[in-house]
Amino acid sequence: MPGKLKAKIVAGRHLPVMDRASDLTDAFVEVKFGNTTFKTDVFPKSLNPQWNSEWFKFEVDDEDLQDEPLQITVLDHDTYSANDAIGKVYIDIDPLLCSEAATRICGWFPIYDTIHGIRGEINVLVKVDLFNDLNSFRQSSCGVKFFCTTSIPRCYRAALVHGFVEELVVNEDPEYQWIDRIRTPRASNEARQRLISLMSGELQRKIGLKVLEMGGNAVVGYLQCFDLEGESGLVVRAIGTASPNTNTHSNTAPASNACNSPSKDSKETLPSSSPPPFSPSKPCSRQSSSSDTDLSLTPKMGKTSPPPHAPHPEFPFFTLTCFPPGFLVHVGGVVSARSVKLLDRIHNPDEPETRDAWWEEIRQEIKSHAKALGCHAVVGYSESTSICEEVCILSASGTAAMLNPRFMREGCLDDASPPSCGFCHIPYDEFNMPFPAQLTYCYRCRRQKVPDVLFTTIDLPAEAAVTGKGCLIQARLCRTKKKAQGEVNATAISNLLPFMEYELHTQLMNKLKLRSMNALFGLRIQISVGENMLLGLASATGVYLSALPAPGGIQVAGKTPSDLNYDQHIATMQKRINDTITKNKELYNIHPPESTEELVGSPIPDRQRSRLFRSTSESSDELLELDLSHGKKDAFVLERGSVTMSINMFVSSGFYSCNTEVMPGIYNWTSGLQMFTSVRVYRLSNANLTNQGLNKIFTELCENLLKSLYFKLRSMIPCCLCHVNFTVAVPEEELIQMGAVRLNCVCVCGCVFVCLFVSGSGENEDQLQFSMELCADSTPSNNQPTSKPSERCSPLPEGRSRSLRSTRSMPCGAPVAVVKMTPLSFLPGTRIVKYLGIINMFFIRETTSLREEGGVSGFLHCFIAEVFAMVRAHVAALGGNAVVSYSMKECVFMENPNKNQAQCLINVSGDAVIFVRESEQEATPPLMSSGQISSTGADGTT
Amino acid sequence: MRMSVELDVFVGNTTIMDEEVYQFWLDGYTVNDAVKVRMEGGVLEECEASAEVLHSDTMDQYRTFQMCERLLHSPAKLANQLLFQIPPHRQAMLIERYYAFDGVFVREVLGKKLSKGTKKDLDDVSAKTGVTLKSCRRQFDNFKRVFKVVEELKGPLVENIRQHFLLSDQLARNYAAIVFFANNRFETGKKKLHYLTFQDFAFCAGQLISYWTVGAVDNMVEDMDVDLEKQFLQDLKELKILITDKDLLDQHKSLVCTALRGKTKVFNEMETNFKNLSRGLVNIAVKLTNTKDVRDFFIDLVEKFIEPCRSDKWTAGDMRLFLTHYTNSAHILDTFKHQVLWDRYMGVIKSCILKMYHD
Repeated sequence: MPGKLKAKIVAGRHLPVMDRASDLTDAFVEVKFGNTTFKTDVFPKSLNPQWNSEWFKFEVDDEDLQDEPLQITVLDHDTYSANDAIGKVYIDIDPLLCSEAATRICGWFPIYDTIHGIRGEINVLVKVDLFNDLNSFRQSSCGVKFFCTTSIPRCYRAALVHGFVEELVVNEDPEYQWIDRIRTPRASNEARQRLISLMSGELQRKIGLKVLEMGGNAVVGYLQCFDLEGESGLVVRAIGTASPNTNTHSNTAPASNACNSPSKDSKETLPSSSPPPFSPSKPCSRQSSSSDTDLSLTPKMGKTSPPPHAPHPEFPFFTLTCFPPGFLVHVGGVVSARSVKLLDRIHNPDEPETRDAWWEEIRQEIKSHAKALGCHAVVGYSESTSICEEVCILSASGTAAMLNPRFMREGCLDDASPPSCGFCHIPYDEFNMPFPAQLTYCYRCRRQKVPDVLFTTIDLPAEAAVTGKGCLIQARLCRTKKKAQGEVNATAISNLLPFMEYELHTQLMNKLKLRSMNALFGLRIQISVGENMLLGLASATGVYLSALPAPGGIQVAGKTPSDLNYDQHIATMQKRINDTITKNKELYNIHPPESTEELVGSPIPDRQRSRLFRSTSESSDELLELDLSHGKKDAFVLERGSVTMSINMFVSSGFYSCNTEVMPGIYNWTSGLQMFTSVRVYRLSNANLTNQGLNKIFTELCENLLKSLYFKLRSMIPCCLCHVNFTVAVPEEELIQMGAVRLNCVCVCGCVFVCLFVSGSGENEDQLQFSMELCADSTPSNNQPTSKPSERCSPLPEGRSRSLRSTRSMPCGAPVAVVKMTPLSFLPGTRIVKYLGIINMFFIRETTSLREEGGVSGFLHCFIAEVFAMVRAHVAALGGNAVVSYSMKECVFMENPNKNQAQCLINVSGDAVIFVRESEQEATPPLMSSGQISSTGADGTT
Repeated sequence: MRMSVELDVFVGNTTIMDEEVYQFWLDGYTVNDAVKVRMEGGVLEECEASAEVLHSDTMDQYRTFQMCERLLHSPAKLANQLLFQIPPHRQAMLIERYYAFDGVFVREVLGKKLSKGTKKDLDDVSAKTGVTLKSCRRQFDNFKRVFKVVEELKGPLVENIRQHFLLSDQLARNYAAIVFFANNRFETGKKKLHYLTFQDFAFCAGQLISYWTVGAVDNMVEDMDVDLEKQFLQDLKELKILITDKDLLDQHKSLVCTALRGKTKVFNEMETNFKNLSRGLVNIAVKLTNTKDVRDFFIDLVEKFIEPCRSDKWTAGDMRLFLTHYTNSAHILDTFKHQVLWDRYMGVIKSCILKMYHD
């Protein structure tokens, strides 16, 4: 299906001065797609040129449309010497290839240069005309929609979930090619940016093809990762879940689950269904009870035919973390697998079999773990890597689960109203448990058995009953290791891994009990490898599930219980622990109803159980759920150090934090929202680091970062940090500095967003706090109450035009539209009316004047702000007013202070959307999907 | 075991700014000083934060402000730049505060040429006023920037400043005064003038701009509000007759005395001094064609009029009464033909003197 791409260069503004003599610039623009290049005229002597070019037309295959970005280069014309480049803009055409996504890209883009950062802005207009598809052996997959969101996007309804899709492409990293020695840093950075852009385009297209083959038309929970393997190359992987309305594809590792509507006819029906997938008002009323799954594909439901391949036969994996009610039947627990590999040069980029095989292996393992837990599927699945020189740790984790088979076959069921405790019930056979656990009858239905604790990687299901509030729980761990090479190094790391996992798990368990909670959601364990240490960081959101039994207390037992002094010490410690537990119960408002003890231990003798468990873990990787120290009556033997560490946790009033989408136990959200990114690098300067010393430092670092966040955001109190996402890395030593001092860096890259909520109990208090937050937030929310009444009582069109006019009459010409960003899949208090396409951007920034730019912090601060600006500009150009499911996947930072140089790579992704405030929506129902959306967006936010 | 923070960055999608820290930055505090003051201010207890946390936060904010500074130099850019997402009311706050200045500082440079030479002397000014050098430089550069921009614009001065720099009306008026003083190089630094505040001068500048400049007659010429009208200054020579013509002077005196008799406690002093005072005021008018005398305008007002009155213990009320009748009586003088010119001159003189006369 060939197409015609049209681009028009309208104007530029705030250009840098390129001619020192005149303090002006003679700018012109090159527009390049594939191998075709067009140029505008030179607009002489201006920093705000008006090119107003003709339409530049490119006739191209849709395969290229998917792979290639539109490349716009702004240059300064020079009569005597070579033209100087001012900067570039890469525009991903993909959102224009879906009929229901964006129709055009139009707006101001920052002109970006990898050395100088943003240098002015350019106004561009891009359109695509697609011809009908005539070729059945197509290589392209136009029309398959991609979503980063790990739930069914809110204005769609999944008719069916197909399952896992994965793909990976490899290439040589331009940074490591011989030519890099002779070209400028700028040329090398641009080559790299372009290559990665091409690779992710290709990857997305290939995953799209797989989805079409499966009969899906979308990928949800699309997760794409880059592995910068240095000399050995560059891998881009993606996983996702194929579904009828959304598709996820990721290169290498994870699987995507697709919820596809009738696979075959989905393709034709989607475009033709005249009220596009999201018909805002109708679904609302229909599904009023069940949150906000909009029906996009409702018309198809009638003619649903069984999809060709229902659940993906090979890997029944789902990258989703949030499911329609009734989808999850039982949840078994976390399954994870890791393996350590030695990287070698990728010889043939066209056959990335080695990498494929590695991941295949790991997925098989995950599958067998799930089976051991009596589950046939894995949900909340993700994959990651950590690379240090030639050693690479591949990790995958997910949650074993039993899914409602009807979803796989027939798609969504509206009538499914599962019991709120169903997912807690054990999926495995109680007489043949894969690991030792204390079972009790469910505290809600009293009919089925439940475990005493539950760890999962998914979000808390909406139907789950929770006692009290949740909180962020982290386990942190450092392990030193000897510096080694190759095989020896890999072996050393593999030997350490099980111990680390075990210890992280114990820490999590202790902290959970200390908070008197019994379940973890959104568990994410990251193991990073450095030259002489391994770092483990586990984050999760703890909650008290009403269906599960109350957690037992923690008992301190001395190792040598002879000494009297020691006993006394233990006793005081025990008291402190008990006090903390009581205090935490207050803090998190956990007051479960007293219940009679009815322990139903499994009748299988202990020995047999442990044997069973070992058999599962014979593979080098281990099941997380294995923990010998489970059990209510079990004593925890804690070392003194670790006790104090876990007791002295930091609590700040008015602040809550979690790493899941929503905070369990808090329901009254306001629309105030602040997304932020925080990066820290520490330098350790002592050669004789011990495990314990490192642990202490690492814990302090994390706690300090959290404290800093609380302080920064204090004006938003009461508020909640949701989706707090910590990432740690131990950069390679050679990148840091030479010399006698041994240096280690820990980079904590939290991508956190804040949400205000009202927590009060009395009504008055509620209102008081509400107004307070409004002031703390920003004008948009302030304006809203005043403008609303007029809009409401006036007939629709009038109200609309009035608000439009008011926006136009703003004094400063064209104010920049506000674009919200959030790692959540929704915006509180609003309704997403349209998904415009996926945002997936990769940037490199380099400097050779580090000191002049304010040192490393100044450099990175500026770069992150620039990345935000470019994301916002792209979203605004698509006509959107927010990015949801935003995440910063990669933030690699390297410096060489001696040469005054630094380089940073950032990869961000998310879904561009249009949202309307819930209150506005009633007033403006059917217009939403029409072309005027951008103006509405501006109303809501300016 | 030691560790040091190598890099510490926090970036929000909506740029987070603390007004208090912004003020420290504007005032030229170093990060460490700002942290110290903040700690004393008690934020720590409020939020159980440590000094480190405060330091990190202050650094973040300082960096943000430094990056914004470039934009603040042409405030209109702040609204349509893409790098920072700042709500409009915050933008207004940033601009207004950035262009705000210290009264003590502006008194030191008011009427001076905004040149490199003056800038070099800023460390003396800083030492004298207690305003940090950094802050002095910012304020000085602001004056200079505004001066440069409006120099080339047509139309009313205050309005130009307001539109170009998006300032509040009050602040724009103050800048207009600064530009006006710098352009005419009025002497304000003499010891005798020390008692006058910037606001006194700003008021006088407003009067001069409104009534004595080219712009008071024609509102579409360049520099209309910064240059005094040449023809007007030339015409002022005609007023000389009020003091050179003996009859006229006596007539003027008796008219004023009749009107004031019994209405003021300083009548006798006024009567004795009338001729001197009148000579003083008219001589100022006559000499305004010389640039040098324009510069000394305020000095002359103080020396020739305000000081004599003050030594006679006139009240502000006495002053008002005298000036009103002094101005009005001239209209009744038979041979005096320059009523319009006289009103244009005396209107401004009267309000300036009243403002400058501190009891």
